[in-house]
Amino acid sequence: MTALTAPQAAPTVRAEHARTVRRGRRRSTVLGLVAWIVGIAFCAPALWMLLTSFHSEADAATNPPSLGAPLTLDGYRVFFGAGGGASPWPPLINSVTASVFSTLFVLVLALPAAYALSIRRVEKWTDVMFFFLSTKMLPVVAGLLPVYLFAKNTGMLDNIWFLVILYTSMNLPIAVWMMQSFLADVPVSIIEAAQVDGARLPTVLARVVAPVAAPGIAATSLICFIFSWNELLFARVLTGVTAQTAPVFLTSVVTSQGLFLAQLCAASVVVSLPVLAAGFAAQDKLVQGLSLGAVK
Amino acid sequence: MSTSVSTPEVSPAGAPADAAAPRKARKGPGRARVWATRAPLLPALIFLIAVTQLPFVATVVISFFDWNSLSPDSRSFNAFANYGEVFSDPSLRDSVFTTVWLTAGVVIVSVVLGLLLALLLDRAFIGRGFVRTLLITPFLLVPVSAALMWKHLLYNPEYGLLNGGWAWFTGLFGVDTPAQPDWISDMPLAAVAAALIWQWTPFMMLILLAGLQSRSAEQMEAARLDGANAWQMFCYLTLPHLRRYLELGVLLGSIYIVQNFDAVFTITAGGLGTANLPYTIYQTFYQAHEYGLASAAGVVVVIGTIVVATFALRVVSSLFSEEANRA
Repeated sequence: MTALTAPQAAPTVRAEHARTVRRGRRRSTVLGLVAWIVGIAFCAPALWMLLTSFHSEADAATNPPSLGAPLTLDGYRVFFGAGGGASPWPPLINSVTASVFSTLFVLVLALPAAYALSIRRVEKWTDVMFFFLSTKMLPVVAGLLPVYLFAKNTGMLDNIWFLVILYTSMNLPIAVWMMQSFLADVPVSIIEAAQVDGARLPTVLARVVAPVAAPGIAATSLICFIFSWNELLFARVLTGVTAQTAPVFLTSVVTSQGLFLAQLCAASVVVSLPVLAAGFAAQDKLVQGLSLGAVK
Repeated sequence: MSTSVSTPEVSPAGAPADAAAPRKARKGPGRARVWATRAPLLPALIFLIAVTQLPFVATVVISFFDWNSLSPDSRSFNAFANYGEVFSDPSLRDSVFTTVWLTAGVVIVSVVLGLLLALLLDRAFIGRGFVRTLLITPFLLVPVSAALMWKHLLYNPEYGLLNGGWAWFTGLFGVDTPAQPDWISDMPLAAVAAALIWQWTPFMMLILLAGLQSRSAEQMEAARLDGANAWQMFCYLTLPHLRRYLELGVLLGSIYIVQNFDAVFTITAGGLGTANLPYTIYQTFYQAHEYGLASAAGVVVVIGTIVVATFALRVVSSLFSEEANRA
């Protein structure tokens, strides 16, 4: 085939090229395979936890591990209260309350701030941005004691709304940074064009800014939700019985009733599920949010 | 904390960006107008100062007092005695070293592993999206459940997956009594570190993957045509390009891992020399009721974090000023 189209010297060059391409293709197949194996191996502990959550307690605690043991929903049934243990519903509802409301409060506070930092910029806006960031670098433990004393003296101990306020402050800096970068993506020319056409601020926000920024706002919300859901230290120190959150409950699953491996796995899966769902939905934005918008 | 320390440093980087920022011509220097621009910012600022900065100021004040909540009457000012104790009490001093070791070890290993994974995922192959999802799953598990999983499901000496898997493997070769170490008591700090590395490697991978994918394809192609081999391209093109992303990963990782509480609390409850500063502070005030001492240790953590954060802010500010110039 090559002989038909190419002059005398070409075939060797072409053959050489074809060989390189073939070698390259074989190499990328091998590397793809390696990536698959590494990916499965890396995720194996989590997959094993998922599998164990569907095993009976007897099958869960065997050595060597029993991969093909019959599947059962017992772990989940016991976790959800069939075993007479504490019901997981109040802690789960507390976690939902803390995460959802703190996320809403974050949006209410961060959206105007991000607007002032990106669309109609205040003077020295970079300094303001770095102030927000620096509060995130303050270790939580450094303010824990005064917060605890304040809660104790005002009767806010074991109150879920106190956690809501703390989680709002915890997520606000990240949210401001993320939304600043999303709002900065709205072209100024479009906004100005709308203003020239006589659109007032609410119209500009609703018709021009919101559609462009919506995916970013959604991603920001998911990240705030995840952080609030995961938080342990504040929840552990500031809540007791009524305001206990899911992560605190998770630690008590082990201590109060001894160790039931399948039940523990079921509990871990249930508590992690909202975060896994949110995280898979916002994979790219997750890093962008955690790196405070520095990685696009 | 780092507010007052960091702002003067970053403002030189910020100033030109500020001047270059698109700005509408002001109709006179109206004060009302300036405040109208500032107003949307104020609720967030005031809220943050009240909830994060004021408690820290209170911590600093408490750190100068001898205050045990079990004997509230004997509360007294004792200047720097608490700080002296933080550095002279062997258990507190040990927790400072533990914190440094744990943070440095976890960050370095997870950055290296994350880089390898990112390189692996940087090329097209069938099911790449799925493999990526598998790889980030550890990062998405609730930290407490991941820590519980490592403690009970993997490390347990009798039926944990590590020993169980090893027993199954040696069983294939007819060995009936394989070594079955008790991971947590034999190597407590490494056990905690391994769980954290497993959780943080995906984060590093995602940052570095973003870095790899922002390389200029033309430059890579040009280098290839000039006859550069894969190793040369990695050393002279990829690595310099990734530098910022590596720094960012290291510094953000440090800031999050220095503060780690969940893994230490869950896996060893601070025993066997794994108590880091956050855990020690938690214990000092929550169980020992030594408010003054706990506060002093808290201030020490902040000073340590400022050192890291100053570098972090510089890195982020260089990325950030790039973005501001682009805008």
